Amino acid sequence: MALKNIVNTDKCVGCLLCEKGCLFDAIHVVDGKAVVDYEKCTLCGACIQACKFDALKIQVNRVSEINIDEYKNIWVFAEQKKGVLQSVVFELLGAGKKLAQDRNAKLCAVLIGKDIKDEAQKLIHSGADIVYVVDKPELEHHNDEPYAKIMDKLIKKHKPEVVLAGATTIGRSFIPRVAVMCHTGLTADCTSLDIDKETGHLMQTRPAFGGNIMATILTDINRPQMATVRHKVMKELEPDTSLTGEVIEESDITESDLSSRTKVLEVVDELEQTVNIAEADIIVSGGRGIKSPDNFKMIEELALVLGGAVGASRAAVDADWIPYSHQVGQTGKTVCPKVYIACGISGAIQHLVGMQSSDLIIAINKDPDAPIFHVSDYSIVGDVMEIVPLLTTKLKEVLKK
Amino acid sequence: MNVIVCIKQVPETTDVKINPETNTLYREGIPSIINPFDMYAIEEAIRIKEKCGGKVTVITMGPPQAEACLKEAVSLGADEAVLLTDKEFAGSDTWATSYALSMAIKKIKDYDIIICGKQAVDGDTAQVGPGIATWLDIPQITYVKKIDELKEGYIKAEQLAEEGYVVVESSLPMMLTVVKEINIPRLPSLKGKMKAKNVQVTKWTAQDLGADAKNLGLDGSPTMVKKIFSPPPKTGGKKLEGDAQQMVNDLMNDLVEKQIFV
Repeated sequence: MALKNIVNTDKCVGCLLCEKGCLFDAIHVVDGKAVVDYEKCTLCGACIQACKFDALKIQVNRVSEINIDEYKNIWVFAEQKKGVLQSVVFELLGAGKKLAQDRNAKLCAVLIGKDIKDEAQKLIHSGADIVYVVDKPELEHHNDEPYAKIMDKLIKKHKPEVVLAGATTIGRSFIPRVAVMCHTGLTADCTSLDIDKETGHLMQTRPAFGGNIMATILTDINRPQMATVRHKVMKELEPDTSLTGEVIEESDITESDLSSRTKVLEVVDELEQTVNIAEADIIVSGGRGIKSPDNFKMIEELALVLGGAVGASRAAVDADWIPYSHQVGQTGKTVCPKVYIACGISGAIQHLVGMQSSDLIIAINKDPDAPIFHVSDYSIVGDVMEIVPLLTTKLKEVLKK
Repeated sequence: MNVIVCIKQVPETTDVKINPETNTLYREGIPSIINPFDMYAIEEAIRIKEKCGGKVTVITMGPPQAEACLKEAVSLGADEAVLLTDKEFAGSDTWATSYALSMAIKKIKDYDIIICGKQAVDGDTAQVGPGIATWLDIPQITYVKKIDELKEGYIKAEQLAEEGYVVVESSLPMMLTVVKEINIPRLPSLKGKMKAKNVQVTKWTAQDLGADAKNLGLDGSPTMVKKIFSPPPKTGGKKLEGDAQQMVNDLMNDLVEKQIFV
């Protein structure tokens, strides 16, 4: 077999770090040198991370089957719902603009939908140099199959170097199809993107294990380099109506590109979700410490004063104090607002992974050892029933000025 | 109605840390479990079998010890279990993993629905399900919270979306990924546990699948992990002191100074 975890015995000093780092008991120091047990080794690379002497490597045989120099420009998928461009698109344009400048390339947007052409100017005002438009009645609702076929066709035709989409329900559903069709790498839910000005390699950094670990991923021998990007992380550019760009209507879309074995029958917007917590800049969340559904009014009032949304921990949702759509955390929504106020939430890991990347976290809890205080910027140890109303009153005063 | 469920073995907790000495994950002593989202996939498959007949096959790719999670799925009600295990698979990213699983599903052949959990809690990518559907050239509905209707060659389901949900219909065969809302998974029965003890798990290598080696493992993966690291620790965490009013006042002064709400 070609794949091997190789020990360079000249460099190995037998320090045991690799043995400690291995999760599979597959590397041991024997007579002062590391020896790999190939039956157990899974090529996870942990020992290489561990080795401080550059004595280990995995022999890789990755060969590029394409000429990556043919691939140019940075693309953004312009997600729209009911004809409205989603806010994540503008964030992607902000991030994409910087990548395009670093590569001396153009920033392009792909706009797919029905009666959607007019939105192209908004994309240009927010930084796009070129907008590729596919405007067909069949494309009114997002549908994974035709959207993926169209993206695949456009990518193969124009050969972009990078393709970005929002890490939304839509982005995370159909972009993996495109990546398989284009035989290229896809990195999910990125929170940071950097590009090597020379090679064009995109360094895609993303959280794993619910945000406890960060990983930087490369798609080094395939193109385009595809990534979905977390909402609310990248900064959009200030729209500038004097900017101009090119709008290209793609005409060679066939009936078979538009055909689909799935069909959207109905799009239901739930009223109780008047504020989408994934979109909110400020979230006030309540947990078990709120004690009763009536006390949630206190949370709602604070949110109202701040113009924010109401979130909840799983405990509060499971107790039926508030609907599931408000749940923040691993089994609920991942949020990344500018300000997150956690009221009476102890901070189980499942909750923390859903909110710990918020810009500013304020936590109120009576237990000074609550794990929520490990991630908070401001910690208030005290009774939520007392603190929250005081905070609301104080805020009303401050915001009036 | 034959259902295939793709599952993954993951560490029991996502509360993992990087050991600064070795720059690798501390995972010692952390038991492995079935990815929590896959439990909903298994449950939904069993419910389909109970309603429509047919059988449930669970499949996973991983090291030999991943057999444990297949046995657990059998104890819950799955009929057959397939383990893809081979050095050739080691180091596969989501692209290569979905290729390998799709080759196994082609070998199983007889299926109407493939169900996956919405994502695994270790990698959090949500990419393998749609990847499998693409390799098999079948339609998909992701983030399904409810199956409204299921009959020969037809499914109607509700997909969870940011603002609510979307009702989608599809022909069969197709692939679903499911979210927590779809059901409450059952516990294994005594009979199930007995069955799991005796079940013969089918083991396939890359060669058994007739898979193209250049699409597998570290070599066949378009992405590679350049490095892993701990997220920057939260700095400036400030514990407020004094009585309730004092703490609120101090907090507000700080926020006003930093122009947080303006």
